[in-house]
Amino acid sequence: MLSVIGRRILSSLPTLLGVSVVAFFLIRLVPGDPVLLMLGERGSSPELYQQMQAQLGLDRPLAEQYFKFLSQVVRGDLGTSVVSRRPVLEEFWGRFPATLELSLVALLWAVLLGIPLGVWAAVKRSTLWDYSLMGGALVGYSMPIFWWGLILILVFSVGLGWTPVSGRISVWHEVEVITGFMLIDAWWSEDGFEAFLDAFRHLALPALALGTVPLAAIARMTRSSLLEVLREDYIRTAKAKGLRAQQVVLGHALRNALIPVITVIGLMGGTLLTGAILTETIFAWPGIGRWLVNSIMARDYPVIQGGVLLVSAVIILVNLLVDLMYLWVNPLLRDKL
Amino acid sequence: MSSTPMTSRGLAPVWRALKKNRGALISFWFLVFLTTVAVFAPWLSPHSPTQVYTEHFRSPPVWMSGGSFEFFLGTDDLGRDLLSRLMYGARVSLAVGLMVVSLSLSVGLVLGVLAGYFGGRLDSLIMRLVDILMSLPSILLAIVIVAVLGPSLTNSVIAVSVVSLPNFIRIIRGAVMAEKMKSYVDATHGFGASHFRVAVLNILPNCMAPIIVQATLGFSDGILNVAALGFLGLGAQPPTPEWGAMLSDSRAYIESAWWLVTLPGLCILVVVLSFNILGDGLRDALDPKLKGRL
Repeated sequence: MLSVIGRRILSSLPTLLGVSVVAFFLIRLVPGDPVLLMLGERGSSPELYQQMQAQLGLDRPLAEQYFKFLSQVVRGDLGTSVVSRRPVLEEFWGRFPATLELSLVALLWAVLLGIPLGVWAAVKRSTLWDYSLMGGALVGYSMPIFWWGLILILVFSVGLGWTPVSGRISVWHEVEVITGFMLIDAWWSEDGFEAFLDAFRHLALPALALGTVPLAAIARMTRSSLLEVLREDYIRTAKAKGLRAQQVVLGHALRNALIPVITVIGLMGGTLLTGAILTETIFAWPGIGRWLVNSIMARDYPVIQGGVLLVSAVIILVNLLVDLMYLWVNPLLRDKL
Repeated sequence: MSSTPMTSRGLAPVWRALKKNRGALISFWFLVFLTTVAVFAPWLSPHSPTQVYTEHFRSPPVWMSGGSFEFFLGTDDLGRDLLSRLMYGARVSLAVGLMVVSLSLSVGLVLGVLAGYFGGRLDSLIMRLVDILMSLPSILLAIVIVAVLGPSLTNSVIAVSVVSLPNFIRIIRGAVMAEKMKSYVDATHGFGASHFRVAVLNILPNCMAPIIVQATLGFSDGILNVAALGFLGLGAQPPTPEWGAMLSDSRAYIESAWWLVTLPGLCILVVVLSFNILGDGLRDALDPKLKGRL
């Protein structure tokens, strides 16, 4: 088992290395001179320009710059943001919990609602229930979430006045950052439950928007996977034994049907991060997505390069965990990896 | 992988399969209708999409008080006719979908066939590239590419094509690999056919089913992603009537002019949904093994 894990980790290293090459060289192609951009406000003289260039290491050959970057990455140094002058890794850790919290809550409601809906559609196969649920799932799956977010704001914030439009918590609550998860930190703050509720109201709409596509995907996958399992012989046996339909579906079939669903959920990492970029933009959510978009607009080289690397590392890590979970669920696969 | 060799009979089996699925058929005819609107937009639209009517800033649709038949769906913040802009937007979006699919399909065909047919080192190399592209969130990669090329509609199309590429390569590679195992391939080789001939004239036509499905679904992905870039300000630039860009322009008026926020997004949703239903229908009909896959 350990050797399998080791092999899987090793085999994801070349991909990560490839991502670092892509991130590094793609950024170097961006038009616009970061040195000029930084000097812009203060006016520049040739001496100052050269000094700044040397300071940033931008006067060295590209290959040398890349290997320097790589050797620093290995030591956990992803460079310093040109805009905020803070280490990229520090900036990342400051924002990652916000994105993680948003994604986890979005995924949670997608799973909690998606699986039962998928089961219901499969059980009620070819009825109006099935058609309307799967029709709804297809709509959810096709949803442009940047528009969906605006519609949710239009209905729940502008129309009903239930939720705030942006941010993670109202300014008057003083919440000390302990875990970085606002829901948890707010709970332990001075205002306690009231702050928690406030944080939840801030989180509700973005999580709803972000969870919609995963919800639809999970419901569709659960339905089709369950229908497939229900055709198996052992299901006929279970029915022949005289078990109630409920026991057959929930006790026997669902467990096996959930294996492909788990894969789909695991592969949601990329979908959620992509969605987070758009969701965070709409709801002014201070997470990774908005940070990266803003850095691209500001041509903050080190942040884009380090951020892209970190984000793909997260995705690769999530995929790795899903693979390992798979092995744990199904020992028969162990030889195959 | 494909159960129906389609070359000899052209697209007839595709059509027959489609006719059995009501949802897919409705989507198909809707898209035909939309294409007609898009093509004939200059003649069908009541106004020019860029004409500014300074006396009609954000006037509401006809059924609301203050609306008029002159501007059926109202006007935007600059006093441009919304209906006309939406019609021209259909033009932009369908063209965008077509370009994204053509670009990623043609590159995907070359790389996918090379990887699937020759296997070995070349295959590992191409699949490694696919792995790298897939371990980056699609929108993020597209944003970085647009940042490199500069924001414009054309560049956002190029960026989205790059992002869609891995799906095409994987599906074509898989189909070619499965087909290559079959004995007719050995037989054709036995007759002295060249690799190119076998791969392109014998194997590829039998891989059409998954390719058609992927191309259809590629339309919806492409349109959605280009609209997302437009929304972020990285795609079409004003005054181009692109749905995503129109949405982002009207965000400020979400409280006062709901139609400006609702309608362009609804257009994106309906078009993406139609392509998804059509793609699903085609997959169920042409490629039973893939049924229910996401």
